[in-house]
Amino acid sequence: MSRRVVITGLGVCAPNGVGLSDFTQALLNGKSGIRHQPNLEKLGFGCQVAGEPLVKDKLIDSYFTPLERRGLNATGVVYGVIAGVDAWKDAGLDKNLSNEPSWDRGVIFGTGILGVDKFREAIHLIDDGNVRRLGSTSVIQTMASGISAYLGGMLGCGNQVTTNSAACTTGTEGIIMAYDRISQGKAEIMLTGSCSDSGPYVWGGFDAMRILPRGYNNDPTKASRPMSATASGFIPGSGAGALVLESLESAQKRGAHIYAEVLGGEINSGGQIDEGSMTAPNSMAVQRCISNAISNSGIKASEVDVINGHMTATAKDGLEIANWSKALNRKGKDFPFINSFKGVIGHCLAAAGSIESVAAILQFKEKVVFKNINCEDIHPEITDVIAASSIPRETALYEPRVIAKASFGFGDVNACVIFKAFSM
Amino acid sequence: MLKEEKYQKLKDIIQVYLPEDVAVTDISKDSHLMNNLNINSANLVDIVLDVEDAFEIRLENEDMENMQTVGDAMAIIDAKLSAK
Repeated sequence: MSRRVVITGLGVCAPNGVGLSDFTQALLNGKSGIRHQPNLEKLGFGCQVAGEPLVKDKLIDSYFTPLERRGLNATGVVYGVIAGVDAWKDAGLDKNLSNEPSWDRGVIFGTGILGVDKFREAIHLIDDGNVRRLGSTSVIQTMASGISAYLGGMLGCGNQVTTNSAACTTGTEGIIMAYDRISQGKAEIMLTGSCSDSGPYVWGGFDAMRILPRGYNNDPTKASRPMSATASGFIPGSGAGALVLESLESAQKRGAHIYAEVLGGEINSGGQIDEGSMTAPNSMAVQRCISNAISNSGIKASEVDVINGHMTATAKDGLEIANWSKALNRKGKDFPFINSFKGVIGHCLAAAGSIESVAAILQFKEKVVFKNINCEDIHPEITDVIAASSIPRETALYEPRVIAKASFGFGDVNACVIFKAFSM
Repeated sequence: MLKEEKYQKLKDIIQVYLPEDVAVTDISKDSHLMNNLNINSANLVDIVLDVEDAFEIRLENEDMENMQTVGDAMAIIDAKLSAK
């Protein structure tokens, strides 16, 4: 059984915009959400800038009951619930107020690590011999699946409710997992997405690895420079993106608005073999992931007209371009448009794949290719392979037909998904 | 602390944990926290912690087990306060 799967709802809580309309405006204008973080400076971080969504207390009140807000100290949960509930509403779906779970609706919502601040709170209490003072909220906010559990409960879903975790591929992997479940007929509607906590305890490990730029602490909006000759590492970010995937049949029955179709995708790993390692990608696997995603989708490589890359703004951006070029067998002026949203939002880690997929899909609706920022000076390694005109430095009016989105992560894991403008 | 004052303080604590379909006015001394007020069993530990903070007392595991109704809670609080 293989059924068509469409996207009927989107939600986002991103460093440069909370909610679809602010986020869309920010992408159209290349508005950065990367800001100086006083707490990172205080703690002596090398990189003191980051992308963190600006979420007001009042906004949190409209998603959480006063009881749910008590002791809530997990930014990932806040971002994930905002994005997830928004996507559900955007799809025209209601919370399940009946006495029976919605058996054909589920949640696959990923994260890398959840409720880090809550966990810190618990560690201090435990180390002080005060374990009895933890209260009831410690487990639900720190278990990885806390985010899918919150959403599944708020929406009353009765199908699979789970959390996937595959480092920076998490969000993109989740879309493919949700696609598989619906196309196989095991569910009608899946809320998928991913979230990542903010703060020094999430970002510190990367700072310690010396892979974050240290030269932009006074110039945060210039710090994240995907595809640039002066790229010097990724800027950490946080937030959440969410998508409602639905069988075409169900979407039509409900008369739902369809943003795009998910044609298919591929998930694989480079096995940390050859050039692949815990932290570096194996090009053989990256290329295979992209070309299998295309063949699984029943299209030709020539049909891809926009790519949203992983492109973190490290020395590996050139290698990623070369891998796309080889996988698609397209180069120079024949190469599709390519963009990276990390220039404006940073690298939102586990949330990257979902936030960037939401952005990629908005390009169908807006009939544009969103601009890249901070790459006036494209790396020569990149222009050796593709034409500079493939990298829009201003938002371009264009009607994308097929968008390929890929994410790669620690552990040498890859995911690539193919979206298509919807037509019957 | 006056008895009424204590009762009000306890009601204020419990109120936070009431599900949407239970009103504050439903709280009486005979109310069973879980069976009548439909409070989630996981939240009983939170009520205990809030009571500890509000009355500056410490409740032991057996106190929590004995705290079935609002009246039980009042009695336990009274006992702890007079033992202080």
